[in-house]
Amino acid sequence: MSKTETGLIVRPPHPVFSGVGRAGFRASLVASFSILSAVILLLMVLLPAASCGYGAGGDEIVVGEFGSLTGDTADFGKVTHNGIELAIEEINASGGVKGKRLRLKTEDDQSRAEEAATVVTKLINQDKVIALLGEVASSRSLAAAPKAQDAKVPMISPSSTNPAVTLKGDYIFRVCFLDDFQGHCIARFAHDTLGTGRAAILRDIRNDYSVGLANFFAEEFQRRGGAVVSDQSYSAGDADFKAQLTAIRSSNPDVIMIPGYYNDVGQIAIQARDLGITVPLIGGDGWESPNLLAIGGKALEGCYYSNHFDPSSLEPVVANFVKKYSEKYGQAPGALAALGYDATKLLTDAMNRAPELTGPAIRDQLAGTKGYPGVSGTITMDQNRNPVKPLVVLQIKDGKISLRETIPPS
Amino acid sequence: MTTFLQHLLNGIATGSIYALLALGYTMVYGVLKLINFAHSDVFMIGAFSGYYAAHALGLASNPSLPGALAVMVCSMAVCGTLGFLNERIAYRPLRGAPRITSLITAIGVSLLLEYGGQMVFGPDPKFFPQVFPKSNVQLGGVNTTNYQLIVVAVALALMAGLQWIVYRTRFGKAMRAVSHNFEMASLMGIPTDRVISTTFVLGSTLAAAAGCLYGLVYPKIDPLMGVFPGLKAFVAAVLGGIGNVPGAMLGGMVIGLIEEYAVAVDPWAWQTLAVHVGRFKDAIVFGILVAILIFRPSGLLGRYEPEKV
Repeated sequence: MSKTETGLIVRPPHPVFSGVGRAGFRASLVASFSILSAVILLLMVLLPAASCGYGAGGDEIVVGEFGSLTGDTADFGKVTHNGIELAIEEINASGGVKGKRLRLKTEDDQSRAEEAATVVTKLINQDKVIALLGEVASSRSLAAAPKAQDAKVPMISPSSTNPAVTLKGDYIFRVCFLDDFQGHCIARFAHDTLGTGRAAILRDIRNDYSVGLANFFAEEFQRRGGAVVSDQSYSAGDADFKAQLTAIRSSNPDVIMIPGYYNDVGQIAIQARDLGITVPLIGGDGWESPNLLAIGGKALEGCYYSNHFDPSSLEPVVANFVKKYSEKYGQAPGALAALGYDATKLLTDAMNRAPELTGPAIRDQLAGTKGYPGVSGTITMDQNRNPVKPLVVLQIKDGKISLRETIPPS
Repeated sequence: MTTFLQHLLNGIATGSIYALLALGYTMVYGVLKLINFAHSDVFMIGAFSGYYAAHALGLASNPSLPGALAVMVCSMAVCGTLGFLNERIAYRPLRGAPRITSLITAIGVSLLLEYGGQMVFGPDPKFFPQVFPKSNVQLGGVNTTNYQLIVVAVALALMAGLQWIVYRTRFGKAMRAVSHNFEMASLMGIPTDRVISTTFVLGSTLAAAAGCLYGLVYPKIDPLMGVFPGLKAFVAAVLGGIGNVPGAMLGGMVIGLIEEYAVAVDPWAWQTLAVHVGRFKDAIVFGILVAILIFRPSGLLGRYEPEKV
């Protein structure tokens, strides 16, 4: 290793830049580079502004969507995107908004919170979107919301249930129920309907949604006289849950609450059954995915989770949506598709009522939404821009997911 | 008591996968004094090769034990080739360069595999098929599956095989010689380049086996899956004494068990000390790395060799 020292420290001068006679060439090279980069920078600033002006300029309106189209919770983003896309198509087919067509600009945040903030900044600054639709996961909505708030661009989260999301500012809305309601409903269902008294919790501590929902569940379960006998945690991305599950097993629970996302839930269920745990697992709307049963399989038999929407409902508005969605995508819509659809329709409803197509005007109309008939229930915004809606409990039985009970808003 | 034994079994199962991975780090470090950060991604490629091989052989719908063996051999062959190419293309041209250059190259190869993997395999997680029938096994009060037991058995067998290669064969002797003194070994007529190549191939095949075993028990695989197990295995290699083969096995087991028991003592720790130890299991593992580097840089089984300045 004799070459190391010389190689690392002393470098011979670069031939092009070394000679005195080359100095003029070097200067002109630098000059031309700086002119070129200045021109490119100028174009980058001017071009998008010139071509589309503002989101409402020209004869189309650009609506931004950000979602997890790839990554760990890709199903969330894909299914929501389908719902949004269907709504946009319908709106454009019936003449658009104020005579202008809607154009959807979709960005993928790869299931990562930091990426969500980045793509939302891009949608606002480069694509000049008039409003934002997204995200499913609360952590990612929480990361993106301040950007939308600062730019005064209304943002509607289809299905982030953590209460903190809309508290980020008065431009942040949602069309789903909140985790305090959801956590209480699950606790009530576990304690009263299933008749369990000893609950264990396995939460994802890196996930705002999971931690919030676990706390609301524990609070209500104990208030009803039940005991939380074990409170274990994992971090999103973990593959091994056996240590936590073994600890849970030794505390003899009647039911295990897993407020996580479908990917982890499937793995946890399999490992729980491997360890000989037979009690039912329960969870929230994070379980919702067309692939839940493909991942968890038989291990999820006899489990329950709460959700926003029951596709088997006979309400005409629901039946109509289910029919259109199934025709277009070849599968029945889940709750996330319904919420994506509702968020989009609610936004265009507010746009139609707004006197002008600006962020503040649309925001005011969104905040005043009353009795809007969505497919996931009637939507009336409260003073914190949250709707009050019913919840359904679904059960997994014989490899199928079906409605167990509907809990009206309290 | 059954809970204690259950934790013990869980810990050994995870630990044996860490140990297989740690061997790759430690062998390459032994001969080249290089931390091959791309090793964790070879592990990922191993899992993915296994995944595609299993689907190509139709094992997803028709599981069988010989098929599972074939999957593992396929994956080991793919990763062996990858390890060979990796060394030949990325590291050999830098043999005389400062050590930091190779280290940065290793990080580069690692990123190339991770993000190349996202392009080729897609960033969504995939699910490793059950390549042979799974069944639950009960030993006393301890619940497990035949998968877990096979993982431990295969890992131990591979480690025993490696031990034999390193300490009982001509190649192993050459490898130890290169590790002891690279220049002297080459002066004595040992084909050092070939020894280094073979070491990479050997380490990569072990990583492939670890990838397949990992996919078997933790079926969710994605292109970034190697990062965390890789780091843990690296800690295991340092803990056991980097460059030391039995040390890597011991380190892997110790790390697996520490992670497991961090969660196991959690309720007790929470009641008496108001600390959720289980939530810090990753921090504990990396804390061990720091502590080892400060107090015993040569690791549990390593010998302390003062560096000549």
